Amino acid sequence: MSDKFTIEIISPDQTILNQDANEVIIPSFEGQMGILNNHIPLITFLRPGIITIKAEDEKKYYVEEGTVEFSNNNLLILTSTAKDLAYFKKDLISGLIQKEESKLRDHQVTDKERYIASYKIETLKEINQ
Amino acid sequence: MPSLDDLKKRIKSVKSTQKITKAMKMVAAAKLRKAQESAEKGRPYSQKMQNIILNLTKSINDPQNAPKLLVGTGEDKKYLCVVLTADRGLCGGFNSNICKLAKTNFKKILSEGKELNIITVGSKGHDQIKREYGKHVIKKFSFKDKKNISFNEAEEVGKEIISLFNQNKFDKCIIFYNNFKNVITQIPKAQQIIPAESKNLIEGNDENFSYEFEPDEDEILEDLLPKNISTQVFKALLENAASEQGSRMTAMDNATRNAGDLVDKLTIDYNRSRQASITKELIEIISGAESL
Repeated sequence: MSDKFTIEIISPDQTILNQDANEVIIPSFEGQMGILNNHIPLITFLRPGIITIKAEDEKKYYVEEGTVEFSNNNLLILTSTAKDLAYFKKDLISGLIQKEESKLRDHQVTDKERYIASYKIETLKEINQ
Repeated sequence: MPSLDDLKKRIKSVKSTQKITKAMKMVAAAKLRKAQESAEKGRPYSQKMQNIILNLTKSINDPQNAPKLLVGTGEDKKYLCVVLTADRGLCGGFNSNICKLAKTNFKKILSEGKELNIITVGSKGHDQIKREYGKHVIKKFSFKDKKNISFNEAEEVGKEIISLFNQNKFDKCIIFYNNFKNVITQIPKAQQIIPAESKNLIEGNDENFSYEFEPDEDEILEDLLPKNISTQVFKALLENAASEQGSRMTAMDNATRNAGDLVDKLTIDYNRSRQASITKELIEIISGAESL
């Protein structure tokens, strides 16, 4: 099939994923973004959210931040926080939510941090359901 | 001619040295496997990051307004050299090789009449460099108490580099480290990180991408460039960690072998002088008996 493209998820200490995909949905900084093959070259940032990779089977990863580059039908995601949802422990999530919520109560945080933290909580709660 | 007792003592001391070097070799070998793994796994990240940056460099049409971190200040007067070495010795030529390369570069920079600033990471390199270039060293880092190198350490160094850049302290930044090729070979390397060097680009990859940016180009570059600096430092630290262990392993292996050779030689000496003293005694008895 020619409507596929390669996706790589790389973190500083390992290559998490390297495979073909039909469609990938990423939580870009300004909203969800679906990527199909032959997308135009693109560079963007991630906000906390879930990356969905659709191939023969579907894979989901939770990310907090990262950089995305798409060129020559190769989607590259550089992130240090990707976690496979299948191995994400529930009590760990609750801990993370609490941490973020306490951060939000702090008045020192900037708008950007607030924005990121609220997305983080939203995503984590969604996973936890 | 040393006495029999002296020889015996020396053999004993060489043997105990051999035990130490052997143990160090084993420890290095165990650490090497881990360090090598993380160096190799970390390579794609820094490489891809560098590639994005280089692609970005090419897609910039207006160098005047581009971020300085990417294209440089346009001048070539002040240099910042970051020398990454180990905190521990006994690892063969590991530290000296980096310092040697760094010093050749320093000499070149200074002979061209340019300003030189040095940051050292790791105490061994600092010791070697401060002797000749002590007045150029502006900052030193040492991660002696850290067991494993993590991204935080790299970020610390990266932030320092960036803040110096923002204070207009340098035009070009070069990092020196040992590239881990295999256990026996480590290649000292100089890499220019500011401005990003375009000659490392993969051949045949010179299509001109015009990227779509989201949010916008400036914001992305503002965030990505400092991250890239830290990533490159992190890569250098990982490569260094693996090289250090590899280098130590080979050095200690050689030391163990040399100690073995020395023990053999000393044992021969010992036996020979023992034999000589027996012969001497015999001659004395025989000649004593003859004279009677």
